[in-house]
Amino acid sequence: MSATTSITDDTGAVERTRALLTAADTGRKRTDRIMTVLIYGAFTLAVIPLVSLLWTVVVNGIERLDGEFLFTSMRGVFGGMDMGGAYHAAVGTLMITLTATVISVPIGLLVAIYLVEYGRGALARATTFFVDVMTGIPSIVAGLFAFALFSIFLGPGAKLGIIAAVALSVLMIPVVVRSCEEMLKLVPNELREASYALGVPKWLTVVRVVLRTSVAGITTGVLLSIARVIGETAPILITAGVSDSINFNPFDGRMMTLPVYIFSQYRQGPVPCREDAIDCLVNINFERAWAAALLLIIIVMLLNLIGRLVTRWFSPKLR
Amino acid sequence: MVGALALSLAACGSDPTTGAEPTETEGGEAISGDFAGAGASSQESAMEAWVAGFQSSNPDVTINYDPAGSGAGREQFLAGGVQWAGSDSALDDEELAASAEVCGADGAIDLPIYVSPIAVAFNLPGVDSLNLSSEVIANIFNGEIKKWNDDAIKADNPDADLPDTDITPVHRLDDSGTTENFTEYLSATAPEAWTDEPDGVWPLEGGDSAEGTSGVVGVVTDTEGAVTYADASKVGTLGTASIKVGEEFVPFSAEGAAATVDASPRVEGRAEHDFAIEVDRTLTDPATYPLVLVSYAIACTNYADEAQGNFVKAFLAYQASEAGQQAAADAAGNAPISAATAEQVAAAIESITVG
Amino acid sequence: MTTTDSPPDAQPGRLKPPARRRNHGDTERGFSRVFRWITTGAGAFLLLVLAAVAVFLIARGVPALAASPEELSAKGGLPAGMDSLWDLVGPLVFGTLLAAAMALLLATPVAIGIALFISHYAPRRAASVIGYVIDLLAAIPSVVFGLWGGRTLAPIISDVWVWIAGVLDFLPFWTVNVTNTGRSLATASVVLAVMVLPIITAVSREVFLQTPTLHEEAALALGATRWEMIRTAVLPFGRSGVISAAMLGLGRALGETMAVLMILSPGILYSFQIFDSGQQQTIAAFIASRFAEASGLAVNVLIATGLALFVITMVVNMGARAIVARRKEFSGAN
Repeated sequence: MSATTSITDDTGAVERTRALLTAADTGRKRTDRIMTVLIYGAFTLAVIPLVSLLWTVVVNGIERLDGEFLFTSMRGVFGGMDMGGAYHAAVGTLMITLTATVISVPIGLLVAIYLVEYGRGALARATTFFVDVMTGIPSIVAGLFAFALFSIFLGPGAKLGIIAAVALSVLMIPVVVRSCEEMLKLVPNELREASYALGVPKWLTVVRVVLRTSVAGITTGVLLSIARVIGETAPILITAGVSDSINFNPFDGRMMTLPVYIFSQYRQGPVPCREDAIDCLVNINFERAWAAALLLIIIVMLLNLIGRLVTRWFSPKLR
Repeated sequence: MVGALALSLAACGSDPTTGAEPTETEGGEAISGDFAGAGASSQESAMEAWVAGFQSSNPDVTINYDPAGSGAGREQFLAGGVQWAGSDSALDDEELAASAEVCGADGAIDLPIYVSPIAVAFNLPGVDSLNLSSEVIANIFNGEIKKWNDDAIKADNPDADLPDTDITPVHRLDDSGTTENFTEYLSATAPEAWTDEPDGVWPLEGGDSAEGTSGVVGVVTDTEGAVTYADASKVGTLGTASIKVGEEFVPFSAEGAAATVDASPRVEGRAEHDFAIEVDRTLTDPATYPLVLVSYAIACTNYADEAQGNFVKAFLAYQASEAGQQAAADAAGNAPISAATAEQVAAAIESITVG
Repeated sequence: MTTTDSPPDAQPGRLKPPARRRNHGDTERGFSRVFRWITTGAGAFLLLVLAAVAVFLIARGVPALAASPEELSAKGGLPAGMDSLWDLVGPLVFGTLLAAAMALLLATPVAIGIALFISHYAPRRAASVIGYVIDLLAAIPSVVFGLWGGRTLAPIISDVWVWIAGVLDFLPFWTVNVTNTGRSLATASVVLAVMVLPIITAVSREVFLQTPTLHEEAALALGATRWEMIRTAVLPFGRSGVISAAMLGLGRALGETMAVLMILSPGILYSFQIFDSGQQQTIAAFIASRFAEASGLAVNVLIATGLALFVITMVVNMGARAIVARRKEFSGAN
């Protein structure tokens, strides 16, 4: 099938379609049924792992995901103690993601404005092209880059939240650019032209008209890009290290994040409990890992959901 | 939105009240500040117990131990990034020379602080223990012995009910002290069956592997007929092998591991208080269990920074103390170092100068 | 935004940039000019970041490239018996490409099926829910996929591989080895396929939904069955979108770290034994498994392998974008 522009003005496509339609009817019906079955089958096939995975996470994680888990750190918790939680990891995830967002959103938004409002010539073409290319940078490579960058100034042992934030920014900026660009393109030219006609300078038009019109879409795009990086493990593992304590400062000391917390709890494995120990749980580390996994999935789901609701409720009716 | 979430979280979160008994620290001086160590992941569980115990008696101290690996720990220590390092191998001569840069003329010292037996663990329903000589273990892991009912295994286990199951050896895929000690044991005790050099990275091609101790234990738990080597405290319900020491088969034990350290010679040509140990894998005394992992705390002989020096001395003294070793053993299931070793280590820690 | 509440980043260049409106020449005064510089600067900065990634990886990788074989085998952290970087990078590149290709082969047909299911088969209300459910797969962190794939999937699926290996036994000159643990490249590829599924689905779905209704109705009016309508109107229209979607998925599969790390029993070989353990390894998982214990030259070696991964993903992505850009001209959008 060649790509047909429009069936009405492509005689070849009409001929072919007609030839197709005059073929034996039973065969066509059978093909149609087979394809329907296959397509339903594809959907079922995709749902199986999803259900299995979510089921595993929920069943294993729900029990430990309580107030104490959410609001206590792991400082002073060891062995099979039935206490401690992921608060420090939640804080780290929050601070690192927030820092990455603070770095990525202004840059990404400006690049998007450049591409939509000014973009022409070789630089714009190169930028468009390489934004797409950058979305494909493997996360571990972004981590290595941030590590290499900061190790020049701070030595090979430096582990800071900010390094992880830089690594995440490399992953996040292209996503922000892409989604903001799409949103800015949706703003009708009539609005811009009306603004120019009133003598409003271009930069004010962009800020007051274009951005204001597309603010809901941009918010959604930002939330989705956060959801994209919040679950990254490998780049954070090699840049921010691990910690048991609460740390709000990305410029000082190691930070725990939820994905790394999951990995490190899993890696610690079962606890050797003495037989006479009362408050010692053999599988406490696994329980914490699953609970943190559930927490992380819930956070990402919420981000997705809020993003969608923002679009639905606040987006101007353009069409 | 995210900001609001941050604020609400910030308002409620806290450290848990662990209710651990405050332990007395020597010296009586209040120690405070943020300190960092890095190194072997084998020490992670024990270190958590030490950090928790130390922080509960010194509430103004925050200690972060990064289980980034022995090599990374030594590198960060030599770069001055951390105050002490945990390492599955002692500093080599080159590193010892380099340590003069951060530690002053006398350099750094190695203190054996964490000893743990390594178990050969397998998944055979109905079989809890097997007698395996190091030749047999080597041949299992290099693929010469393919079935559990092989004659070589039967010969040492006349009473065991061995099934006709494929043997699936599982090794560590990451660079680890456990692998290094295991391969060192095999090459020292079964040089004919095991021809590869001891190495932290598994030297053979092919075969199943998994990340970390819990990774290999997990795979063996899931697969009938699988066998691995792992920190003895983490093998859970798997069957374990008794290894041949001298003429007897000895199951792993904390006492045997500690006795092995006592019976092994120190590396020659080191400073008085450097306790780098050359573990003797060929001991024949059945009270020992030579398949052990010895992990060190690496510290400076001199700390220019007073706060750092006082901290390292107090913290390492706690680790080496009876209470510290017992806390680690409860949490990590490792073998407490013997009283004799502890005494020497304590003297070495006392020799660290500050200022 | 009338028919769907789709993620905005999933519209592969369908909307043409606003037509050139005006010359910025004479009207651009004062802050407008500054603003233009700022945004242009941001565009240039982005290119700079990408260049910086390459430069820093090269700068830190060069010591490994320049090191002598003796240095490499002594301190480079290479597997035993290797003394050249290419001995390591070659099989790693092979393993990475093989894993990603298999994942793509498994995921693309299924993803197209799901996308069609959402766009043309499922009732509209259900479709948006289902779309969200599939997007959920993308939201699950890779470390969770690793946990699930390693402990839940591998022991189950190993029986399937044993069976397939048994069926393939008739092949001459080729013995299919299979491991009992399920920790083979085949299992890793299945999990990778599940992970890239939502990306390919999301992009394909968007393109399929944008098929001009006129085309579809025209096909149906000519008496086409639903499948024939899809084959004659939807698929040709969406082809470039599907290609770009698959390429995006490929990029993701190439760089996936944690899932492979926690599922695969690796080996450094050129091997097509996808059901056996200890055969292949991917670059990303290799770096993650060795980075922690690496120091000195070994770090340079790992960064050099990371550079190889970077180059591969760059080439794949640039190739994909070039194909899509060329196709776009014929795709007949609008």
